[in-house]
Amino acid sequence: MEFFHKKTSFPFMATRKVWYALSIILMVVSFASFYFRGLNFAIDFTGGVAVEATFPKDVRTDEVRDAIAAAGFHEPQVSYLGSSRNVNISMQATGQTAEQIRPLFLKALGKLDPAVQITQLDVVGPQVGDELRTSAIQSIAVTLFLIGVYIFIRFHTWRLSVGAIFAVLHDPILVLGAFSVTQTKFDLAVVAAILAVIGYSLNDTVIVFDRIRETFERNRRQASDVTLDQAINQTLSRTIMTKVVTSIVVVALLLLGGETLRGFSEALLIGIVAGTYSSIYISSAIALSFGLKAEHVFPSVRKDPIDELP
Amino acid sequence: MLDYARWKYMLVAAVLLFALLFALPNVFGDDRALQVARKDRGPVTTDQMAAIDSVLKANGVGYNRIYLDKGNVMLRFDTDTEQLKARDVVKDEKNGLTKDYVNAMSFASRAPRWLQALGLRAMPLGLDLRGGLYLLYQVDVDGAVAKLIESYDQDFRRTLNTEKLPFIDINTLTIDSDIPNGLRVLLPANADTAAVRAALKKIQPDLACRDAVVAQGAAVDCVLTLQQVRERRDFAITSNIVTLRNRVNTLGVSEPIVQRQGADRIVVQLPGVQNSAEVKDILGKVATLEYRLVDPRPIPANGRAPIGAKIYDHVEGGVVRGKVMLKRDIIVTGNQLINATATSGQSGPEVQITLDSAGGEEMLKTTRANVGKPMGVVFVEQRRETTEVNGKQVTRDIKEERVINVATIQGVFGNRFQTTGLSMNEARELSLLLRGGALTANISIANERTVTATLGEKNIKDGVNALIIGMAALFVFMIIYYQLFGVVADLVLVANVVVLTALLSTVVPTALTLPGIAGIILTVGMAVDANVLIYERIREELRNGVSPQAAIKAGFEKAFSAIADSNVTTFIAGVVLFVFGTGAIKGFAIVLSLGILTSMFTSLMGSRALLTLMFGGKRKVKTLPIG
Repeated sequence: MEFFHKKTSFPFMATRKVWYALSIILMVVSFASFYFRGLNFAIDFTGGVAVEATFPKDVRTDEVRDAIAAAGFHEPQVSYLGSSRNVNISMQATGQTAEQIRPLFLKALGKLDPAVQITQLDVVGPQVGDELRTSAIQSIAVTLFLIGVYIFIRFHTWRLSVGAIFAVLHDPILVLGAFSVTQTKFDLAVVAAILAVIGYSLNDTVIVFDRIRETFERNRRQASDVTLDQAINQTLSRTIMTKVVTSIVVVALLLLGGETLRGFSEALLIGIVAGTYSSIYISSAIALSFGLKAEHVFPSVRKDPIDELP
Repeated sequence: MLDYARWKYMLVAAVLLFALLFALPNVFGDDRALQVARKDRGPVTTDQMAAIDSVLKANGVGYNRIYLDKGNVMLRFDTDTEQLKARDVVKDEKNGLTKDYVNAMSFASRAPRWLQALGLRAMPLGLDLRGGLYLLYQVDVDGAVAKLIESYDQDFRRTLNTEKLPFIDINTLTIDSDIPNGLRVLLPANADTAAVRAALKKIQPDLACRDAVVAQGAAVDCVLTLQQVRERRDFAITSNIVTLRNRVNTLGVSEPIVQRQGADRIVVQLPGVQNSAEVKDILGKVATLEYRLVDPRPIPANGRAPIGAKIYDHVEGGVVRGKVMLKRDIIVTGNQLINATATSGQSGPEVQITLDSAGGEEMLKTTRANVGKPMGVVFVEQRRETTEVNGKQVTRDIKEERVINVATIQGVFGNRFQTTGLSMNEARELSLLLRGGALTANISIANERTVTATLGEKNIKDGVNALIIGMAALFVFMIIYYQLFGVVADLVLVANVVVLTALLSTVVPTALTLPGIAGIILTVGMAVDANVLIYERIREELRNGVSPQAAIKAGFEKAFSAIADSNVTTFIAGVVLFVFGTGAIKGFAIVLSLGILTSMFTSLMGSRALLTLMFGGKRKVKTLPIG
């Protein structure tokens, strides 16, 4: 079985303005959503109280909310966790410790059903949240910088570094945009997923770049846009195949991994789609727009004797 | 022709063999267990075990096995109800075991003994998968620095007064720092600043002092160096870690974690603990030290101390050394201790102790009169215990005291002295205990999280299910897409998971958490990618009319640079995550980074070895079953 049995020859470069436009629209929507709606930060980042409770039978979120509010807590947010018997209650920090909060919650929720169980109780100080945010931003910035340097060293041209960094920025922005538009809870696991997305997206981009270098080597005189199209078309089968296979596992994680992994798997799935798109349509096109030519790529002669392989 | 060096075959085979062995303990799972240890940390004898056994039997506890393990009694159970019942029996005061024993609920591996004897272990489970209590303590490190400055302030005033050097005032000073890090001694205009500096130098030789010009007259500025501030903060953290770790050990929780996190935090993870109130009572204890002279009178046979004396248990380095009687008068307390470090001095390992000047003066007075006599250090812990009596909450303060060190006064000394005659381990232990008793910084809980065991079980079931089903679907898909080559890829993927599990179990023991499981899934994705890259190259070569054997060879060669580049970039992301991340993210980063290494190895070497075995050598291969 093969996705593309014949050699494909899609004109990616000739149509690049269309794809730029699409990306720009998506990114503008993402930024607009950040500005107007923001992200739905989990208490990992904001600090606060999060309680997970399990009832023996179905409950309505509004009755849970009323019960908690009646116990004197401000603006509790209640949502279902997987089933209508499990609820997640989050609210601003109250200055109380978990041990002070637990009996109050048990009493309040016990009015709805005395057999209620509190399965998880988190109290996060606001300072911890602040630091997490800083360290998340730091780690993404450092990752991008190091990757740019690596690509410059491997491919000898800043044009490809710029293309890669742009593609790599593009994907997390779209993931964040999607999280902002849908107001999906943004927690620590999502940060991990976004970093993995950066890795994946880069993986794709680098593999296309690798092929671009190889194609240039074979035919230095060929026009750059033809070379780039060839390289992308030749790697298309692999790009799609890998993404399909990885998505299978991520979808399994999304459907079966339970509530705790939902945000993580959603971010991964969106990121994989965005990453595939950016490595096919955007990263190489940007290098071309910056005037990528054969001589930029290979000042050195390649030799591949078998003994140097692992 | 397609071939592969013999040593590479051997390497692949050896790695796989070791990986299988190292990953093996994970197959067996865990028994519920109860660990019973003696309160004084001494080893339990077989007679004592028999006594415990008979108490359990009398209360109808059905256990699976009872045996001695590293000086503790281990009980294994088939169900958690039996485990809880046994715990209640051991804890019940009626049965008379609480006096001498502490117990901990834990898990014991079902792996056969020879595996355990080899030191091979299963991956520990993180709190989110096992349930337990997570506490993040915030340490007031700036407060520790402020306390040090304050003690210098008092020292300075006392010294300048006794040396009859007039001064106007002493103020705190903030130079190139976000917190006060020094003192300014304001002097009359005609003061002898050199004499003041010399006097200060005498009591605090580590502090750099210099003259300063101020409007009111003369002044001397003494400022801590950046290094000294950092050391002070570190001291606050390590002393608290030591105290917390000691207390966690008395809780008897299996596999507790007490770790520094970042600049000023301490993480405590207690797997399996559900009653956080009790735990926090114990962790929230206040510890202090008292230096007292040993009472020369013999200890009365009836165990009752005579007037002016007090009898203590003498426990040094975890070893019980009987009783010791000290005088009631306290020479110095832990509040006056500034630092205690273990070093190796001229006469072997020693603990260097620094007191503040008030403590130093007292010490000087006492030692002058008592050279040649022994002096003891008492470690005092106070905690508040909340119990329910007849439905009412009753709080009482509990004080635990023991003598941790007795040494002979060799000469007259003041605020700096050494305790010698210790082994390096003893010196380290004593310095840690002394630090634990010095109240250097307040700690408060910044974050706490309890996960019930049931939620933990659900999490691990969900995660592992997702992993198994996802991989099964992927396996089927690979076989449909690449036929026999797909089978090879699947074998390589299994090998990758085995090697990764082996690494995470024994080589780099990493608690498996949910993000960790996600990391394994990502790794599988990376490994698939490597195989796909190779196979697509092989197909391309075949399409170009290259012979099957040459196509395999060319496929590996040409895919190599792409695989290497793409994995290196992801590896960079993994390492950055490890450096900047905390807790669960760090675990994820470890799994991801190691997974990239294992997937590179299995995809490039393992799969090449297997394919060469199948299609290599001198045989004639007409077509490849690659779909």
